[in-house]
Amino acid sequence: MEFSHSLSLFSKRFGESKKQKEEFILLKYTLKRLGYAVLTLFVLITLTFFMMRMLPGDPFLGDKTVTGAALENMKAKYGLDKPVIVQYFIYLGNCVRGDLGTSITYNKAVMDIISEAFLVSADLGIRALIFAVIAGILLGMVAAVKRGSAWDSISMFIAMIGVSVPSFIMGALFQYFLGLQLRKLLGFALFPVQGWGDFSKTILPSFALGLGSLATVSRLMRTSMLDVLNQDYIKTAKAKGLSQTKIILRHTVRNAIMPVLTILGPTVASVLTGTFVIESIFNIPGLGKYFVMSIKDLDYTMISGTTVFYGALLILCTLVVDLLYGLIDPRVKLEG
Amino acid sequence: MEHIAKERFEYVGENAKEREAISRPSLTFMQDAMRRLVKNKVALVCGVVLIVMIIASVAAPMISPFDYREQHYGHTNAPMMTVCDQQDSAGFGHVHIFGTDTLGRDLFSRVWMGGRVSLTIAIVSAIIDFFLGVLYGGISGYFGGTTDIIMMRILEIINGIPYLIIVILLMMILTPGMGTIIVAYSLVGWIPMARLVRGQVVALKEQEFISAAEALGAKPSRIIIKHLLPNTLSVVIVRITLSIPSAIFSEAYLSYVGLGVPLPMCSWGSLAQAGIENFRVYPSQLMIPAICISLTMLAFNMLGDGLRDAFDPKLRR
Repeated sequence: MEFSHSLSLFSKRFGESKKQKEEFILLKYTLKRLGYAVLTLFVLITLTFFMMRMLPGDPFLGDKTVTGAALENMKAKYGLDKPVIVQYFIYLGNCVRGDLGTSITYNKAVMDIISEAFLVSADLGIRALIFAVIAGILLGMVAAVKRGSAWDSISMFIAMIGVSVPSFIMGALFQYFLGLQLRKLLGFALFPVQGWGDFSKTILPSFALGLGSLATVSRLMRTSMLDVLNQDYIKTAKAKGLSQTKIILRHTVRNAIMPVLTILGPTVASVLTGTFVIESIFNIPGLGKYFVMSIKDLDYTMISGTTVFYGALLILCTLVVDLLYGLIDPRVKLEG
Repeated sequence: MEHIAKERFEYVGENAKEREAISRPSLTFMQDAMRRLVKNKVALVCGVVLIVMIIASVAAPMISPFDYREQHYGHTNAPMMTVCDQQDSAGFGHVHIFGTDTLGRDLFSRVWMGGRVSLTIAIVSAIIDFFLGVLYGGISGYFGGTTDIIMMRILEIINGIPYLIIVILLMMILTPGMGTIIVAYSLVGWIPMARLVRGQVVALKEQEFISAAEALGAKPSRIIIKHLLPNTLSVVIVRITLSIPSAIFSEAYLSYVGLGVPLPMCSWGSLAQAGIENFRVYPSQLMIPAICISLTMLAFNMLGDGLRDAFDPKLRR
């Protein structure tokens, strides 16, 4: 604080532009957020490492043939003879270099499995996110503009359903009603219920995954729209004769959308963790499916590897959203 | 402009005392809020739904003629409302109200047994969240300065880690069970509460009644517990109501991933998970637990909204 204060004095004295000062504050904010992200990631990796150490059993427990010097050699090979703290730093170094160990079930490097499967998960996640954000904003807008009408009730009902029904149940219901029953009704499959590849196969999982976030977005959008619609400048716009459409598009939405942007970080997180279950329901070969299976198989390296990867990804997404928000809304910079 | 009918105005009379008297009985904040809550039909219905759910979860497994673990091997996947003709139940006219599952266990007993587990997890976690969050937020907000900065930094770091991932990691090392889910969820669930309370306390502590308490020599612990926290209670109650559905959701999610309560115990989440497996043939096995989860979450959410409206002074007339 003191530093930025003296800097502002400094810039005043030398007549530097206000813009430069703002840029400095933005830079400071960015660095601060970045520092947090790195620290959080570090805590996550540390937690994962020590939790893995706390798991019962050790890798050579079942191997009765390996004893004495051979056991010592094996331990030395995998670095298990070193003190825990040294092992921890080796693990930390490996994580930084992107080496997350070898999966026990698949006998492949965890990072290889992740890099293959993640593309599918990201594809699904982005589709769901686009659906949730766009449909959520539209729904919230309609509900606010036509407040008290049937539109309002319908969209708030959808939002309530989205909040109350867990995504995996939603997925199963979609499979049953929109997949199986609709096929019986129409005679052909409009929405395939399993697998991955064609566009038609992506529809149901993206809907199921996005619905929860859609609900949050639309509710927030509605409240924020109602807030903005009551402002004096909307009255002014009306008084100067602008049409309803223009008022909404130019004056209301731009201001109302701000709070929605703040929750994009958590939304990304919830969509990404949602992929775990949605993928296993729809049999999509994404990372989430591997994650759920690795829990069932007790594949510890795979679990910790995916955990660190997912954690890092989520932290990165939150960071990007926060920074974007700082760029868009000038008021956020002041907190930096 | 609100139009007020003329008949509602009436001349009170010349008596000055009568003129100045307050006609309505004076109500405390809580009484006032409760009055508004009772007027809110939706919230009231939700409250009734929740009470029914809780009573059913407590009473139904006791009344039901079938134990939740009891298997009827010749009577698997029975549809709803089947009369039981198995083992010693034959001839009594005992009915499987919700049918039976793949192992021939009575779903009615299992659903309400699962309700006990799910609701206990949700409510106990909410209570733990409440104590941890309120204390942490209260201390951080009241002391301010370095204490506040350090406490908030710690919180921010924990908050940065996606909570389901911490919960999954914890579930791996602790023995599975109800207690573990509660511990795992509570470890991260208190963070929003702590933030909320801190924000409230920071705003409240500048007010005169706190200065007065300080001047009278009250200790910080007394000021926090007796003066600050009661004033944040309304926001906190709303937050608890809204954190219960998120605990129910987490439990269901964990059960689906395979980290729920161990068999033969069941919860709504594990019942839904089992239901999904043979959902295409026997839809009712998923529908019933799904309806229970959704209805409870919906009711808590709506009740929370209703409480917020009731407590929010902005809506006061």
